[in-house]
Amino acid sequence: MATKHSRSAARLMMAPAVILLLGWMLVPLIMTLIFSFKQYLPLRGGDLGWVGFDNYVRFVSSSAFWPSVVATLTIVGGVLLITVIIGVLLAILLNQPMWGQGVVRILVIAPFFVMPTVSALVWKNMFMDPVNGLFAHLWRFFGAEPIAWLSEASLPSIVLIVSWQWLPFATLILLTAIQSLDGEQLEAAEMDGAPPLKRFGYITLPHLSRAITIVVLIQTIFLLAIFAEIFVTTGGAFGTRTLTYLIFQRVLESQNVGLGSAGGVYAIILANIVAIFLMRIVGKNLDA
Amino acid sequence: MARAVTQQRKIINTAAAWGVGLLIFFPILWTVLTSFKTEATAIADPPVFLAFDWTLENYSAVMERSNYARFLWNSIIIAGGSTILGIIVAVPAAWSMAFVPSTRTKDILLWMLSTKMLPAVGVLYPIYLICIKLGVLDSRGALVIILMLMNLPIIVWMLYTYFKEIPGEILEAARMDGATLKEEILYVLTPMAVPGIASTLLLNFILAWNEAFWTLNLTAANAAPLTAFIASYSSPEGLFFAKLSAASTMAIAPILILGWFSQKQLVSGLTFGAVK
Amino acid sequence: MSFKQALYAATAMTLVTASGALAENLVIATVNNGDMIRMQGLTQDFTDKTGHTVEWVTLEENVLRQRVTTDIAAKGGSFDIMTIGMYETPIWGANGWLVSLDDLSAEYDADDILPAMRAGLSHDGTLYAAPFYGESSMIMYRTDLMEKAGLEMPEAPTWQFIREAAAAMTDRDSDINGICLRGKAGWGEGGAFITVTGNSFGARWFDEDWNAQFDQPEWKEALTFFVDMMQESGPTGYATNGFNENLNLFQQGKCGMWIDATVAASFVTNPDDSTVADKVGFALAPNSEGVDRKANWLWAWALAVPAGTQKEAAAKEFIEWATSKDYIELVAENEGWANVPPGARTSLYENPNYQAVPFAQKTLDSILAADPTNPTVKPVPYVGVQFVAIPEFAGIATEVSQEFSAVYAGQQTVDEALAKAQALTNDAMEAAGYR
Repeated sequence: MATKHSRSAARLMMAPAVILLLGWMLVPLIMTLIFSFKQYLPLRGGDLGWVGFDNYVRFVSSSAFWPSVVATLTIVGGVLLITVIIGVLLAILLNQPMWGQGVVRILVIAPFFVMPTVSALVWKNMFMDPVNGLFAHLWRFFGAEPIAWLSEASLPSIVLIVSWQWLPFATLILLTAIQSLDGEQLEAAEMDGAPPLKRFGYITLPHLSRAITIVVLIQTIFLLAIFAEIFVTTGGAFGTRTLTYLIFQRVLESQNVGLGSAGGVYAIILANIVAIFLMRIVGKNLDA
Repeated sequence: MARAVTQQRKIINTAAAWGVGLLIFFPILWTVLTSFKTEATAIADPPVFLAFDWTLENYSAVMERSNYARFLWNSIIIAGGSTILGIIVAVPAAWSMAFVPSTRTKDILLWMLSTKMLPAVGVLYPIYLICIKLGVLDSRGALVIILMLMNLPIIVWMLYTYFKEIPGEILEAARMDGATLKEEILYVLTPMAVPGIASTLLLNFILAWNEAFWTLNLTAANAAPLTAFIASYSSPEGLFFAKLSAASTMAIAPILILGWFSQKQLVSGLTFGAVK
Repeated sequence: MSFKQALYAATAMTLVTASGALAENLVIATVNNGDMIRMQGLTQDFTDKTGHTVEWVTLEENVLRQRVTTDIAAKGGSFDIMTIGMYETPIWGANGWLVSLDDLSAEYDADDILPAMRAGLSHDGTLYAAPFYGESSMIMYRTDLMEKAGLEMPEAPTWQFIREAAAAMTDRDSDINGICLRGKAGWGEGGAFITVTGNSFGARWFDEDWNAQFDQPEWKEALTFFVDMMQESGPTGYATNGFNENLNLFQQGKCGMWIDATVAASFVTNPDDSTVADKVGFALAPNSEGVDRKANWLWAWALAVPAGTQKEAAAKEFIEWATSKDYIELVAENEGWANVPPGARTSLYENPNYQAVPFAQKTLDSILAADPTNPTVKPVPYVGVQFVAIPEFAGIATEVSQEFSAVYAGQQTVDEALAKAQALTNDAMEAAGYR
């Protein structure tokens, strides 16, 4: 039982983290809110006064807005789908008896260490370049016309790059979860003549649901903010302009801080919608 | 019979797992290999895999052009500093959440995670102006603090999940024996929490190492880490796959090696302690 | 500061205390192109001469722009010298953000700077950035392929001839594309190229009242022509090709013609990097028949000093060193005349050593043919050939060029792209208060 003494001590101990984060959240948030109601153009003298909701209206009425929301959700959804599905399969495979499991695990987690900028540069130049990229060589070897990945299949390409970076994360969490699966239960099911698919659907998958929740939650937070992968590869062209990227264009390329800040507020709203949605669907799993 | 089957299955499993593992690892392997090729070999058609004249000329070219040691040192200081500072701030908070839970604990945790959702670019100008006001532009200290704040939610959450694993009875026992709060944390909790803290440290070191928005935009000559180093090698004039590969290898090698050596901790770190 | 630099600084200090000046450490933001990297290698010469040390912040072009623009707009003071272009200079100069360079020393000979460059880097007659190198654009073509096609490149061809020649040179089986051009999104990449192409078809960005002009027939003609020609004779995936990609293609012998920056001439004729070094000819950029403007731009990478720096004197010394006649001599000594930074000084083109370089005259002619104050046939309210020197342009043109790149990738039609470009340009101009 927690005593009164330990309760107040607990509050005291939580204080630094909470206050710091509160500051880190509130200061930029308040500044973003203030800027979003202003005509703020750094290249034209900075603060040009209050403009009410103009920036908000302009940001959503731009033809780029809805496509950017769709692009954001497509990338997040695509990456989540790929990493979870392949992650589960890979975790099951890695859980089987084999030689050199430790080395294979090292190989699989390696992409997680690579800086997003570096991984985007490597994929863009050395693999997806339509003339000198490895894929182009491969395609030509089989007598096919090389694909201009980043223009003809821009969204799938970005999903591929980002999935590659996040697959290790998903695989490892799922692998740890699978390792804790009760082997006897599976064997018993096998004895009873349950086919592999059924065993997977009724025993393995429910067991993994909590791990999948963690993967989805953490990845979503990071995926909503991906930037370097797009900046380096397509620069937002060919339908890969996400909401984050659109805000970047408004703030840095157009140097319209007010408009970008309004976009930032929308991004926070979108992130929260996604978060609430996630909590509703998978939140129960999070209770320890 | 059964033995033969398992042996056969093991061979198939091994082949499949190695195949997939190598496929996933291939982009990194290819980058490292390319960094030892000449520029002409790097784009040769058909591509050369191993049978080429290995050269170190790309590395010497990169070393000659950039002060790699300084970028590396800055990366270590910034990633290391922000992670350690983050742990110092987060341990008490996570401790109190885990052992003195209240009805709001879960809300606070989720709120902390939600602070990560504000798009960084939206607040570039505000943060930039604050840094100028405080005179900390292009200083490692500012980046240590900013990256600490960025990763704090993840650190708190990870530590919280680890601390929750520690059985409460032990603490009760310690309290019965008259241990003060300080002693409780120092002698009872800390030893049990060390593996969790190590994992947290490692994962957040990687996250801080790879952060490329603030580290690029708030630095110039003094505090620039490896993310800025790589920004001077992307898309130069001409075809420089080999030099790009050398620079890329130099940027990721330290963290890759660190990660491999400590993969056990990392693996449990990546699970956020939440998966049993 | 590394030990080596500290040592330099220390020796420099002892040298300079005699003359009374203070040795400074300059932080210079620069772009990672070949000429700038070469300058970094020669910095020791500057330190020997003046005692000042230099620290380089080398960044890729897009990152550099974002970095220096934020810093100067917020008055961050991170850099003592910034490498900027002809687009930024007049805008920043007008804002009072740059130190005037009108008081450079007599031996620097500012009057020697090519008039077009000087005009483009000034605001109201005051020079705000010194050109490190300048460029226009011109046609680079394969003399052997041209001969094989039975054609002869005129001094100043038309687009119609170029299209015909490109089709004749194209040989898909041997991987030869008749023509390689920029299609990559970004205002400084494909955006710049399509803008000058527009100029040469009589199109313009804005009318005198800042109304977007993408609904006009000239734009449709220019864009349709470009897309059709690239369809017939361009490389696959040209929608993502920028300067670098095309340079690679040309050096590997995969292009019959390439219209791009004049500085590329020294790369494609360099036998170390180029497989076609001895088979390259040059011609002026084309124009559409009957239109009195060619598709060539005017650009300079220049060095500027942000206002408010504590090290103004030392920064100016560096600029004088880096953009001087002596620096050109220094590079010529070390790397040969073909590799000196071109396009900045009149005296370079009067130098017999440089006149022997095959592309020198065509480069000068191209630069002289560009007129930033009068870029289009119809009158315009703006300055700039391949850009419009207003702060909003970079953002607008990047988005417009993204719409065009989507056409090049076959994802939308010319009409759709032009309609979107028209809407988004007018919208942004309204937001900025022009309309």
